[in-house]
Amino acid sequence: MNVLEIQNLNVAFATGGGFLRALKNVSIDIPEYCIVGVVGESGCGKSTLINSILRLLPENGSIDTGSIQFEGRDLAQLNLSQMQGIRGSRISTVFQDPMDALNPVLSIAEQMLHIQYRSDLSRKKKNARSIEMLRRVRIPDPESALKRYPHEFSGGMKQRIAIAMAMMMEPALLIADEPTTALDATLEVAIINLLKELQSQIKCSMLFISHHLGLVAELCDEVVVMYAGEVLERGSARQIFHDPWHPYTQRLLDCDPASQTLRTRHLPTIPGEIPDLRRDQEGCIFRSRCQFCEEVCKTVPAEVETEGHHVRCHRLFQ
Amino acid sequence: MILSVQDLEVAFRVGPWFDRRTILAVARVSFDLSQGETFAIVGESGSGKTTLAHAINGLQAISGGEVSFMGKKVEVSRARAVQPLRRHMSMMFQDPVGSLSPRMKVGDLVAEPFVIHKIGKNLKKEVQRLLSLVGLPGDFADRYPHQLSGGQARRIGVARAIALDPKLIIADEPTAGLDVSVQGEVLNLLNDLREQLGLSMIFISHNLHVVHHVADRMAVMYLGRIVETGSTEEVFRAPAHPYTATLLSATPNPDPDKVHDRILLSSEVPSLLDRPAGCEFHTRCPWVQQRCFNESPYLEGGQLKRVACHVPLEPGARPPPKG
Repeated sequence: MNVLEIQNLNVAFATGGGFLRALKNVSIDIPEYCIVGVVGESGCGKSTLINSILRLLPENGSIDTGSIQFEGRDLAQLNLSQMQGIRGSRISTVFQDPMDALNPVLSIAEQMLHIQYRSDLSRKKKNARSIEMLRRVRIPDPESALKRYPHEFSGGMKQRIAIAMAMMMEPALLIADEPTTALDATLEVAIINLLKELQSQIKCSMLFISHHLGLVAELCDEVVVMYAGEVLERGSARQIFHDPWHPYTQRLLDCDPASQTLRTRHLPTIPGEIPDLRRDQEGCIFRSRCQFCEEVCKTVPAEVETEGHHVRCHRLFQ
Repeated sequence: MILSVQDLEVAFRVGPWFDRRTILAVARVSFDLSQGETFAIVGESGSGKTTLAHAINGLQAISGGEVSFMGKKVEVSRARAVQPLRRHMSMMFQDPVGSLSPRMKVGDLVAEPFVIHKIGKNLKKEVQRLLSLVGLPGDFADRYPHQLSGGQARRIGVARAIALDPKLIIADEPTAGLDVSVQGEVLNLLNDLREQLGLSMIFISHNLHVVHHVADRMAVMYLGRIVETGSTEEVFRAPAHPYTATLLSATPNPDPDKVHDRILLSSEVPSLLDRPAGCEFHTRCPWVQQRCFNESPYLEGGQLKRVACHVPLEPGARPPPKG
């Protein structure tokens, strides 16, 4: 069973230079109790994907075609108030910078009460629940932490509080958008372990967005590789990291200094740049940077699936 | 020897006038750098890496110790004496776009070091030469910083840094915020230039995987102090300070089947306002012993590596069970 099913999603932005196709025929499934990682470099459409699911696209952005099925409804068709019923309670988010998620002028207690506005519990019981959540994310002395304000906590603690708030309503889907980018390496690992632990306790699914390949390998069950608004490859973490099929995935993994175990002065790179998405792109989107580019790549490759491993590349037919 | 840092201290005064306190952001740091060498400084946020870089460049007043570059003392208070030195010691700042003025064209930005140091050269030709050296087409000279991608802005930063043919480049997190494919490009560029021009480099980073590939020697900083320093290979092969071992074990690897044998720290980084007594890592160290609570360790060891720890670790040591 899938919690979220995105099918052939197309999102475009109206810009001064014409329409920018930010997402092109994107299909992603998030199975129940599963952590799905999305990797890709800047400009690949990771943020647009989240904003489309949450229906938080800016005014010049629109979902043109495609569906986002979640708990029997198509999120792409819902109106604002229906969406508000889903955000925060059924789908919640942890962002990159915890200060964006916390209100600097309200105490933690008040903010955690606000999140529970849908619940009919008494104020006392809600506070008890807040303390319980803070304890679960290992905030020391949660009773007194409630009375404090965001600036009194360190970066790692703030992100823990943001996670506690996101998990408070026990959502069916948690979207984590680069949740550890602002944190140091030792804290990063602690937050990843915490997310995994809470995810299995609450039994939710998670969409984990990151450019950090090591973290995705460690945390995720399934991985989606995006490039310039398209999904080039998706499959289990093992399939993607041990047996990548798409040339882009292969190059991307090579580029990570962590995968070069022997000391080298010269690190691999991917020459070229992401194509301008305001112009119509013919054929395979990775064509201009691909070392295997051939005549056939001028046509759009179809998505091929073998044992849950999906890939868009002509080379597989040869 | 091109640069020598001796017992460097940088103190900041913080708090309101009735509760003025002093924090030591950099505490008794010493190291030397020879011609053509790359020295990496690693540590987590707040460990004093950037302050150290600024102090070396004479951008930050120092409260103790000494920095000497090419045999001359670097002192903020003697700005006139420092400025000629900066010709030979350039800085790449942390934020690639933020360190470029948004009102200036790339051509003017690259030519700026010549103007500042009043070096009359054919500026247009120099700009073209520098742009091609960092692998950008010549017509970039007419662009503004907001028209550049992160990787391109970084390249402009590199072009500015090498403009005056320096002896030393101080690169503060040169790849932070860049994608992995672009990160490789910037690192390769720095490395090629280092070989071509015989540069020395101070490379500040929190990414240990990157440091492993680029640095000859490295130092690990904790609360403004160097806790372990030595040849990069030796530090990676046999980390002797518990903090180094923790950092190394924390870096995730892109292999889903890798079994992580991690060293987990119990508490968070202590405040600089309230430095722990004895060994400053004892509040978090899994190997803590009685003498660590009140006896400060000194940075000791041989040519290959020095470490500040009472009980340096053997390679592959595991933390003792709690309790």
